[in-house]
Amino acid sequence: MFSFIKRKSRKVDSSTTPANTRSASRQEDHNTGSVQSSASASESKPVGLSSSLAKTRRGFADSMADFILGKKSINAAMIDDLETRLLSADVGMDATSTIIDALHNNLSRKAINNEAALHHTLAEVMKLILQPCEQALILDENTRPFVILVVGINGTGKTTSIGKLANFFKQQGKSVLLAAGDTFRAAAVEQLQEWGKRNAVPVVAQGTGADPASVIFDAVESASSKKIDVVIADTAGRLHTQDNLMEELKKIKRVLAKIDPNAPHETLLVMDAGFGQNALHQAEQFHHSIGLTGLAVTKLDGTAKGGILFSIAETLKLPVRFIGVGEGINDLRPFHADEFVEALLE
Amino acid sequence: MFDGLSDRLAGTVQKLRGEGRLTEANIQDALRDVRRALLEADVALPVVRSFIDEVKTQAMGEAVLTSLKPGQVFISIVQRELEKMMGQSNEALDLSAQPPAVVLMAGLQGAGKTTTVAKLAKYLKQRENKKSLLVSCDIYRPAAIEQLHTLANQIEAEFFPSTTEQKPEAIARAAVDYARKHFFDVVLVDTAGRLHIDTEMMTEIQSIHAAVKPVETLFVVDSMTGQDAANTARAFDEALPLTGVILTKTDGDARGGAALSIRQITGKPIKFMGSGEKVDALEAFHPDRVASRILGMGDVLSLVEEVQQKIDHKKAEKLAKKVSKGKNFDFNDLKEQFEQMQNMGGMAGLLEKLPGMPGMAEKLKGKVDEREMRRMVGIINSMTPKERKFPDIIKGSRKRRIAQGCGLQVQDVNRLIKQQIQMRKMMKKMSRGGMAKMMRAMKGGGGLPPGMGGSGGLGF
Ligand SMILES: Nc1nc2c(ncn2[C@@H]2O[C@H](COP(=O)(O)OP(=O)(O)OP(=O)(O)O)[C@@H](O)[C@H]2O)c(=O)[nH]1
Ligand SMILES: Nc1nc2c(ncn2[C@@H]2O[C@H](COP(=O)(O)OP(=O)(O)OP(=O)(O)O)[C@@H](O)[C@H]2O)c(=O)[nH]1
Ligand SMILES: [Mg+2]
Ligand SMILES: [Mg+2]
Repeated sequence: MFSFIKRKSRKVDSSTTPANTRSASRQEDHNTGSVQSSASASESKPVGLSSSLAKTRRGFADSMADFILGKKSINAAMIDDLETRLLSADVGMDATSTIIDALHNNLSRKAINNEAALHHTLAEVMKLILQPCEQALILDENTRPFVILVVGINGTGKTTSIGKLANFFKQQGKSVLLAAGDTFRAAAVEQLQEWGKRNAVPVVAQGTGADPASVIFDAVESASSKKIDVVIADTAGRLHTQDNLMEELKKIKRVLAKIDPNAPHETLLVMDAGFGQNALHQAEQFHHSIGLTGLAVTKLDGTAKGGILFSIAETLKLPVRFIGVGEGINDLRPFHADEFVEALLE
Repeated sequence: MFDGLSDRLAGTVQKLRGEGRLTEANIQDALRDVRRALLEADVALPVVRSFIDEVKTQAMGEAVLTSLKPGQVFISIVQRELEKMMGQSNEALDLSAQPPAVVLMAGLQGAGKTTTVAKLAKYLKQRENKKSLLVSCDIYRPAAIEQLHTLANQIEAEFFPSTTEQKPEAIARAAVDYARKHFFDVVLVDTAGRLHIDTEMMTEIQSIHAAVKPVETLFVVDSMTGQDAANTARAFDEALPLTGVILTKTDGDARGGAALSIRQITGKPIKFMGSGEKVDALEAFHPDRVASRILGMGDVLSLVEEVQQKIDHKKAEKLAKKVSKGKNFDFNDLKEQFEQMQNMGGMAGLLEKLPGMPGMAEKLKGKVDEREMRRMVGIINSMTPKERKFPDIIKGSRKRRIAQGCGLQVQDVNRLIKQQIQMRKMMKKMSRGGMAKMMRAMKGGGGLPPGMGGSGGLGF
């Protein structure tokens, strides 16, 4: 799933990132031939890609397509079947009910009587659910530096997403500085520094064991004096159940507010799409503890995933800023509801 | 892990206990509940199906239907089947090969492979006095090699250096050669995270496997994985001859679907579980103990029964009604709850009924304190009836008067008010959410006094 998005966004600007060899080559290698040119990641549309997708479509998209295309007439039993499929794509009970109810309504009004109509209605229903979450992260021109605090559970892709974000903002002509706020995990600082190198942006770090709040504070101070546009702060992965670690995040926010009462200007939770419904509960807890302003959903290049977006839209109602579709520097895209649904149902 | 599932199963069994006997009808009902609970915990559909079929066959058996303790019998069937689902008994690593025994790690990105390599090395050193060599074949993720190096230093294990210019297969081969020459017992081979649909990367790990012929090939999987756990496990199992599974991040509150599905889907045992970020947070996986933990077994059930016995049902029911209607939870209710708790022999007594759940008991201990409770009742006693009914009117001068009345400080009054507000919020939540259902399920109503469960409920 989403391989098309990835493939498109990947036409890799090796120009900007000499250090990006490993990751880029790993990805270019098995995609030679399909790499396209032109258009930045953010503006590409999945037009005319369905044929090149045929081989790679998997999971949700596949089963949905089979489901929709495989049957001639539509009946209630098929809708039950659809329910099972939605659930096993991590759509979750609530969002599944919403989708199914809408279909049922249409079915009883005989509005759906063939597969094309079902496909269409399903797509419309799904888009309607997701659209409210489509809210791009827009940097306030008058705020400098614009501070983005990146938080999340262990291993969801925070540090990698920061590397991709740095690239994203640089392409918009912004200057970027990274803050190595994960002072706990082995080689977390080195990992961020490597992303700094790939993007040719400075990284402020104090090393393992330092106080994350003070690292991030220093980074923002330093960015202010250098008139840098965006500071992106990494933090250690943590479970929402660990009160002391949630306190640590609150402290970071308090300390940042001393520099600018509105900082951090974005508190971005990085969620792993593969976590399914677990991710939803985690996001609720993070939001409850520290207040989130946006989400980035990563690892959507796997299979059968992505349903979690519907749960997010149904229950959490937080803006989905970005989706991660791979490990490379270009594999982060702004979230577009319609495009996302088309990709699911393609 | 498993908290949600435990809640649901406890509710189901409790319902059955209320019935005189097992009948086809109430078994069907219970099974429907169990099915839903498992699905909501993200257990893979085929696994749920076969589990339900098996439990059903057994529950319909003659002996069960005539039993006088239907709840008990039903729960023991469920327990047995849960154990089976996860593989009955613990299977240890089999490192009995001609040394060095090679252990290869595989899994999705961010699952916890690198951390687990360090944990295993430490575990093997401490428990089996085995000397391990650590090597990283992750030439992709920035600083992945450095990460393993740092961890190796932390646990004082030897690290075999590699660089991103090398080929993973060559790195692994060189490490094993080195280990052979230097008499290591074990070589732990870390690999890059990869997607099971990335054929190129799956081919890469197959070639590493072919090069070093590991005695153990372990699939490392995040316990927080949702519906995809079964698919990925199956794909890795098809690509590699897995010998076992390591379940990570079980210290979180994941639903546990991966833990319950993977054994059935792959036929491979879960050998360990990771329960924290620190290098010593690794435990052998015992299906029977985990099953007991899921069910809370007799411990929690007897606690529920005890609460039901000792609680004043009329009062409890009144409160339950109030809560479920979303009415305000006032100081009169709070006082009643405190008194009920004292009737039950207080927290200390209750906590003892929670053996199998030491973590939970500890958490509760921090939250409720006997003396504190008596003091709070004192504060409530010096409020006027109006204040008790409309807590929001308690402001400055009233606070001072109340504090004087019970011989305490204004801060103490503030603290109680804060707590009352919190409980009110929690009650509101409960009236909307699952807790209300659970309380209703616990026949006499009432449920557990607030403040005991914290916002997460008791967790059984
Ligand atoms: N396939 C895929 N992998 C990703 C994506 N985003 C991140 N990853 C990988 O996920 C793994 C973990 O990423 P990190 O960025 O280190 O995650 P983190 O949240 O910073 O982890 P901790 O700091 O340890 O909590 C790495 O192997 C990344 O390459 C994505 O969108 N798709
Ligand atoms: N809470 C908790 N965190 C864990 C556990 N095991 C690993 N982690 C954390 O999960 C994150 C990812 O762990 P890694 O060991 O880097 O994962 P990996 O599978 O090697 O990741 P890649 O190499 O990027 O695929 C880190 O932040 C670890 O500290 C665990 O049992 N509990
Ligand atoms: Mg990180
Ligand atoms: Mg690793």
